[in-house]
Amino acid sequence: MKVKVIVTLKNGVLDPQGKAIQQTLNGMSFENVSEVRQGKYFDIEVKESDESKAKTQVEDMCKKLLANLVIEDYKIL
Amino acid sequence: MKSSVIIFPGSNCDRDMDVALKKFGFENQMVWHNDEEIPKSDLIVLPGGFSYGDYLRCGSIAGKSRIIKSVINFANSGGLVLGICNGFQILTETGLLPGILQQNKYLNFICKNVFVKIKNKENKFFKDIKKEVLELHIAHNEGNYFCSNDELKSIEDNGQIAVTYCDNKGNDNEENNPNGALKNIAGVFNKNKNILGMMPHPERMIDQYLSGEDGSLFFENLIGSL
Repeated sequence: MKVKVIVTLKNGVLDPQGKAIQQTLNGMSFENVSEVRQGKYFDIEVKESDESKAKTQVEDMCKKLLANLVIEDYKIL
Repeated sequence: MKSSVIIFPGSNCDRDMDVALKKFGFENQMVWHNDEEIPKSDLIVLPGGFSYGDYLRCGSIAGKSRIIKSVINFANSGGLVLGICNGFQILTETGLLPGILQQNKYLNFICKNVFVKIKNKENKFFKDIKKEVLELHIAHNEGNYFCSNDELKSIEDNGQIAVTYCDNKGNDNEENNPNGALKNIAGVFNKNKNILGMMPHPERMIDQYLSGEDGSLFFENLIGSL
C-alpha cells in the first residue's frame, strides 16, 4: 500500500526558503500572503496490506531518516 | 600516527585532507564508504563535499552508510573523530554531535576566508595552539548551526562550543556571523571532546603562498596531541 508523508519545519525554526517564496509571492501581487512554510512530501510504497502495520513502519522511517527531529515534524497522511 | 579519511560518493575535500594529514606526519589511509571495517586508526576524518548529492538533508544519507557503524563505535570508545563541513553535517545526522546545520540565512553559498575564535582548548584538537583567533576558509550552503534552547544551554554548560565566527580581533558578535549560525557557532564537540565537527576547512590553510597557515597550526597541534 501507499503511505504519504509530509515533513515540515517545526514552528519557530527559521525557514529562509519559505521567506523567499513569500516575498516573491508578495512581489507577484499576492500581497495578502503573510507567511509561507515549505516542506517535503514523500509517497512511500510499502509491500504490506495491513494499513496500521505499514503506518507504524513508516513512522519508524520518519524518526530514523525522513525527518530530523531537531528541526522537523512529520505527518503521516 | 595513523589516520583514516572516509570517502563518500560526492566527497570533494578528501584528497586535500589526505595531503594536509600527510604533510604534518600522519600515515593516512583512504577508506571507502561501502567498507565495513576501518583500519587501525588514531584519528578518523569525515571530509567536506556533497555526500550523496546532499539528497534529503545534507549528510543524512551518509549518516546511514555502511561504514558509519564503525565510525560510531570508534567514536563511542573514545577515538578521535574530526568532521569538516559536510563531515560536520554527517556527524550531526548520526547524532554523535548535537544540533543541525541548516541552510544559510540569506540562501547564498558562502565561499570566503573567515576568522574563528577558539572557545575551548581543553581538548586534543586545540590544546597547544598559541593563537586565540584563526583565519580559515568556509565554503558551504548549509552552515547555519541550530539547536533547541535546552540543547544550547547544555552545550554551553559543558564547554562543547569549539569555535565561533568572529573578526580578526575575536569579536564573535552578530556582525561577524556569515550564515546566521546560532551564537556564531562554527564548530562543536561532543561531551567528551573526542569528536569535533566544524564548518571551516583547516586543510585549505596549510600553505603560506597559496592561502595562509592557520590550518597548519591546527594539524601540528593535532599530531602533537596524539
